[in-house]
Amino acid sequence: MQAIEITALSDARVGSTGVLDSIDLPDEVSHYLAHLGFLPGASVEVLRRAPAGDPTVYRLDGVEVGLRNETAQHIYLKLSMGAGA
Amino acid sequence: MSCHVPVQDVLEVFPPPPPGGKVKLRTVALIGPPNCGKSTLFNRLTGMRQKVANYPGVTVEHHSGKMKSIGRNDLTLIDLPGIYSLSTYSEDARVAVDVLTGKMPGVPKPDCVLLVLDATHMNRQLMLAAPVFSIGLPTLVLLNMGDQVAARGGSIDTLALAKELGHPVALISAAQGTGLDVIPDFLMRTGEKRDEGSRPVQLPILQSAASCRTWATQVTARSKYQAPSAPIWTRRLDSVLLHRMWGPVIFLAVVFAVFQVVFTIGQPLSEGLGDVLTRLGAFVAQALPDNWMRALLRDGLWNGVQSVLVFLPQILLLFLFIGVLEDSGYLARAALIADRLMRVIGLNGKAFIPLLSAYACAVPAIMATRTIENKRERLATILVAPFMTCSARLPIYTLIIAAFIPNHALLGGFIGLRATVMLGLYGLGFLAALVTAKLLNSRVMKASTAPFILELPQYRWPTVRSLTLRLYDRGKLFLKKAGTVILAVTFLVWLFSVLPVHGGQFSALTDSVIGHLGHFIEPVIRPLGFNWKIGIGLLSSIVAREVIVGTLGTLYGVDPATHAQSLQAALRHDMTLGGAIALVVFFAFAMQCTSTLAVVRRETNSWKLPALQFTYMTVVAYVAALVTNQVISRLF
Repeated sequence: MQAIEITALSDARVGSTGVLDSIDLPDEVSHYLAHLGFLPGASVEVLRRAPAGDPTVYRLDGVEVGLRNETAQHIYLKLSMGAGA
Repeated sequence: MSCHVPVQDVLEVFPPPPPGGKVKLRTVALIGPPNCGKSTLFNRLTGMRQKVANYPGVTVEHHSGKMKSIGRNDLTLIDLPGIYSLSTYSEDARVAVDVLTGKMPGVPKPDCVLLVLDATHMNRQLMLAAPVFSIGLPTLVLLNMGDQVAARGGSIDTLALAKELGHPVALISAAQGTGLDVIPDFLMRTGEKRDEGSRPVQLPILQSAASCRTWATQVTARSKYQAPSAPIWTRRLDSVLLHRMWGPVIFLAVVFAVFQVVFTIGQPLSEGLGDVLTRLGAFVAQALPDNWMRALLRDGLWNGVQSVLVFLPQILLLFLFIGVLEDSGYLARAALIADRLMRVIGLNGKAFIPLLSAYACAVPAIMATRTIENKRERLATILVAPFMTCSARLPIYTLIIAAFIPNHALLGGFIGLRATVMLGLYGLGFLAALVTAKLLNSRVMKASTAPFILELPQYRWPTVRSLTLRLYDRGKLFLKKAGTVILAVTFLVWLFSVLPVHGGQFSALTDSVIGHLGHFIEPVIRPLGFNWKIGIGLLSSIVAREVIVGTLGTLYGVDPATHAQSLQAALRHDMTLGGAIALVVFFAFAMQCTSTLAVVRRETNSWKLPALQFTYMTVVAYVAALVTNQVISRLF
C-alpha cells in the first residue's frame, strides 16, 4: 500500500496531479490565491515550467495560473497515486 | 425554497425583493472576474471604445457609456473593474463595492447588474456571484463563451442554474455577439417590475473564499454543470511558445519583427502621407494672399503640425501589434518568460505588463501599475516606466534616423541598419530602466513580499472589431493632440520667431525673441552638439516629446536659408552626426511629458516623485547626450 505523499507544490514534477492540502502564506496572499481556486481540496495539475525553470504553470478549475517557486513552496499538495515527487 | 443545502449555518436567506412597482432604470453596472470577456461585452453594448485585454487588471479605471447598440440611449452602463471577489483587500474590489452600494461620489447607484462569468470554469467564476447577489440588486447572469463549452465537450443547463441562483441566466458569446437579446429583455422587465429580478435563494453568510467556494461547487453540482476539457490548441501552442528553447527565441523574434515591420512598412507610408500633406499645404497656400497670413498658416502652423502628422502610420502600426499580442493572449506568456529577468532587477513579471504598455505610452502604463499589490514595487515600476520607449519618441527617432543613418542591409539583408539603430534606442531605454530599478532595489526596495501570480488566458483570435476600436481610439488621441497642444506650441514658436515687428517687418529668425532665447541657452547645450534651434525644440518638447518635430519644422520653415528644404535635408546640413545621435540619446532618457508627470502626481498623491523623476531623468539624459556627442565626434 502506498503512503499518502505530501509535497510542496514547487517540488512536484511536471505532469503530476494531486489535491491541495494546505497553504502556508500571509493572509493577503492566500486570500488572493483562494479566489483563483487555490483552496484545500482543489485538484491541481503541474502543467509546465517557464523556459527559465521558474515560474511554473499550474492548472486548477480549468484555469492556468503561473506561480513562482518561492510562492509555490509554501503550498502543499497531496500527490495522487502513481505520481512521483 | 430549496432545503437540501447541507451547511445551513453558513447560509442566509436572501431578503425578498420589495413589492413590485414601476422603477425608472437609469444606471446598469457591468461586473465580472478578470478575463471573462467583460470589456468585449461592454464595447458591444455601448459601441464605446475601451481596451480589451487578456490578462488580469487592465480595467482599473472605471468606464461608462450609453447603451447605444441595444437602442437604450437612456441607460448608462458602468464597467466595473475585473475582480475575483468583493472583499475589500484590493483597490479594485473597493471601487466595485462603492459603486454597487451607491457610495461612490459622482456615480449614481446602479439600478441593476449584469454579471458576466466565463462559462468554461463555472466553479471558480461563481465565487463572485454570491457576494454580488447579496448586494440585492436585480441581476442578470451572463455566461460568456457559451460556444466554447459545447465545443469542448462540456454542458451547462441555464434553467437549472437560474433556479439555483434565483436570478435569470443566459448563455452568450460576447466575441461573436450571440445571445445578447436577453439583455434588452431583462432591462425592459426590470424597468417594469422590480420583483422580476430575483427570487429568494440561500447564499453563504460568511463571504470568505472557502464558503463561497463550497457554495459555488454545490450550485454547479446541483445544476449538473459539466466542465469542458482543457483547450487543446492553447496546450499545443504553449508547448511551443513556452518551450524551454523555442519560447525565448520566439519571444525575441516577435519583438524584433514588430520593430522591423513598423519601420519597413511604416516609413514609406509616412513619406507618402508627408507628400500628400505638403502638396495640400502648397495648394491651399496659393489661394491665400501673400502676406503674414500665408506666412503664419503655411510656414508656421502647417509645417509644424504636418511634421508631426506624418508619424500617424507608424504609431498606428505599433499599436496594432501591441493590440494583437495583448488580445491573442501572448502577452501573458511573455510576462511568464520575462519574470525571471524582471526578478533580477527586483521587479516581478506583473510589472512587465505595464512596462510593455509603456512602449506605447507611459500614461496608461502608470495607471496599470495599480495591479501591483506591493506599494514599493509599484513605485519602482512607476519610476521606471517612462524610460520605456513610448510612441511619442518615434517621431524624433524616425526623423533623425531617416536623415542621418544610411539604409545599409545588415546580416545579408535580414535587417536594415536603420532598424538596428532604432532597436538600439529601444534597448537603451530598457537598459536605463534596468539600472534604475536595480538602484532602487538596493536602496529602498528591501524585503518585498508581493507574490507573482499570473493567470494565463487561453489563446484567442484578436477580433477585427476590437483592434479597429483600439486604433481608432489611439488615432483620435494623436490627432487631437496634434490639433490642440502641438498646434498651440507651434503657433507660439512661430509667433516668437517673427516677433518683434520692426517698422511693419517681421524680425529675421536670429533677431527674434526665439533667436535671442536660443542663443542665450546655446552655451549649455553646445557640448551636446545641439545648436540653438534644437535648444528651442528641447524647451518646447517639455510639454510632449513629439512637439520637438513640429517646432523644428516651424523653425526651419521660417528660416529663409532652409525654407525650401525638407526638414530632413535641413537637419542634415545643420547638425553633425554626433549631435544628431546625441539628440536621440537625450530623448531616450529625458522626461519630456507633462501628461506623465501629471499622472504620476495623481497616482502618488504628491509632487515629490514627479519632481524627483524629472530631475533624475533630465540629468541622466544630459550626461548621456554629452558623452555620446563627445565620443562620436572624436571617432568620426
